[in-house]
Amino acid sequence: MAKAIKRSKWPEYLVFIGPAMFFFTLIVIIPFLMSMYYSLTDWNGVSSKATFIGLDNFKKIFMDDDLFRKDFWFTIRFTVVSVLLTNLIGFGLAMLLTRKMKLRNVYRTVFFLPNVIGGLLLGFIWQFIFVKGFATVGELTGIGFFQLPWLGDAATAFWGLVIVQCWQFAGYVMVIYIAALINVPKELIEAAHIDGASKWVMLKQITVPLIMPAFTVCFFLSISWCFKVFDLNLSLTKGGPFNSTESVALNIYYEAFRNNRYGLGTAKAFIFFVIVALVTVLQVMYTKKKEVQA
Amino acid sequence: MVGRSERFSFLGKAAVQMIVIGLALLFLVPFYFVIVNSLKSYGDLLTNSASLPAELNFTNFSRAWEIMSYPRAFTNSLIITIFSNIGLVIISSMAAYKMVRTPGKAMNILFILFVSAMVIPFQSIMITLVKVGSIAGLMNSHLGLIICYFGFGVPLNLFLYHGFVKSIPKEIEESAVVDGCNAYGVFWRIVFPLLKPMTVTVVLLNSLWLWNDFLLPSLILSGKELQTIPLATYDFFGQYTKQWDLALAALVLGILPIILLFLSMQKHIVEGITAGSVKG
Repeated sequence: MAKAIKRSKWPEYLVFIGPAMFFFTLIVIIPFLMSMYYSLTDWNGVSSKATFIGLDNFKKIFMDDDLFRKDFWFTIRFTVVSVLLTNLIGFGLAMLLTRKMKLRNVYRTVFFLPNVIGGLLLGFIWQFIFVKGFATVGELTGIGFFQLPWLGDAATAFWGLVIVQCWQFAGYVMVIYIAALINVPKELIEAAHIDGASKWVMLKQITVPLIMPAFTVCFFLSISWCFKVFDLNLSLTKGGPFNSTESVALNIYYEAFRNNRYGLGTAKAFIFFVIVALVTVLQVMYTKKKEVQA
Repeated sequence: MVGRSERFSFLGKAAVQMIVIGLALLFLVPFYFVIVNSLKSYGDLLTNSASLPAELNFTNFSRAWEIMSYPRAFTNSLIITIFSNIGLVIISSMAAYKMVRTPGKAMNILFILFVSAMVIPFQSIMITLVKVGSIAGLMNSHLGLIICYFGFGVPLNLFLYHGFVKSIPKEIEESAVVDGCNAYGVFWRIVFPLLKPMTVTVVLLNSLWLWNDFLLPSLILSGKELQTIPLATYDFFGQYTKQWDLALAALVLGILPIILLFLSMQKHIVEGITAGSVKG
């Protein structure tokens, strides 16, 4: 009897969980498994034939793909700088905007606003700002910063991307930091204040440890956004000048869809996956360890 | 002594307020440049891009509107956003509900499988996705793109619903079962209405993502008549590089709908981000 009831429940599971499982498998799992196989072939995307060539693609990538190595190094530099700046700005804004102040919610909205626009359009907007806007401001004020050849050389293109990335995401992490700061018990801060602790000590000893979960989340999110940067990269610099700002994601895209080396592209994509997964998991483990209970 | 410290704190407050205003203006300057210059003729734009337009000139907008077939791109974006959202809400809420209400290890493992897939970067499966897409007949069709979004959206959506279902007491459902409701009735009539706050969050987070997404639609859709707003803008920029007057008008048209959505729903969006960020 019990067995009969259990069997009759199967259609129900199928209806409830089946569709989610089906689409997830079709769109994520199958391509993921396939890319593991194709990374070991010389697939060119056009012909249906893909010959198994073992680890040749990986050998090629590690031994003599200078551009891929260069792009990885760029992506790492970009990620480190942008993650630190995004969180610094976002946390600073959150500290300012949790004080009592007129129009507080309006400011929060303003700082969040860039985030609702997608990376592609943001890149185009900033292309105009860097090329025309900065030049005009430079002419009017004579400040050297605005008269640099923005996006024209490797250094300004790098910092251009960093600026836009921070402008886009600082408001997002700010929202998370604000939510965490609001939940820090006021009594703790007051007690420390009465004990004569300075503002800096209170921030370091009480606030930061208590909102560690927010740091875990914000670093996780910002690291994965920066590592995977694509839209912004494509629309702001196209990887230029001279590939100096080409991200790994862009490199993979070009390898597959411009050079038609799909096998090589999937091998790169696999390396990319391993590194992104490794970095984000390690970061979460590291910051989680620092979390404390109030 | 007291007076001095009070005065100091008043000055401090004013200083903080000034800093915040300054930063807010800094954040808004790019919008100023884009909007102001989209209303200028090309000549005015070149001579001084910082000034306000001498006269309001909407010809850029009407030309950009036509060249990028704005109404068509807008409709395409809207169709894709709406139907992806509907499907995602249905399949993720149903799956999350069943997974929470079924005891045992199997469901836990399944849940972890879904959630850990969130670490996979899109770019590391896009190449083989195109192959799967052409075998499954998903290429160059809105339905195909929507099906792709089902797959990519499920992990986060399911995760958000999963957390929320846990907070709903089981007793309500049990009494409905006693009253003779079957499993589907219990879900659609009793549980789903209770999920509404999370549904709002899920739909808004999805919409920001779906509306702005560029890479996936660029791989799936190739016909001009199927283009979404980001695709149409990208093409437009390719054709009219350096024609800033037209390009900026196109950009303003591109960002306007999502900014309006954000401003009207911002309270929910901010709440949604906070809810969604608990996933760390």
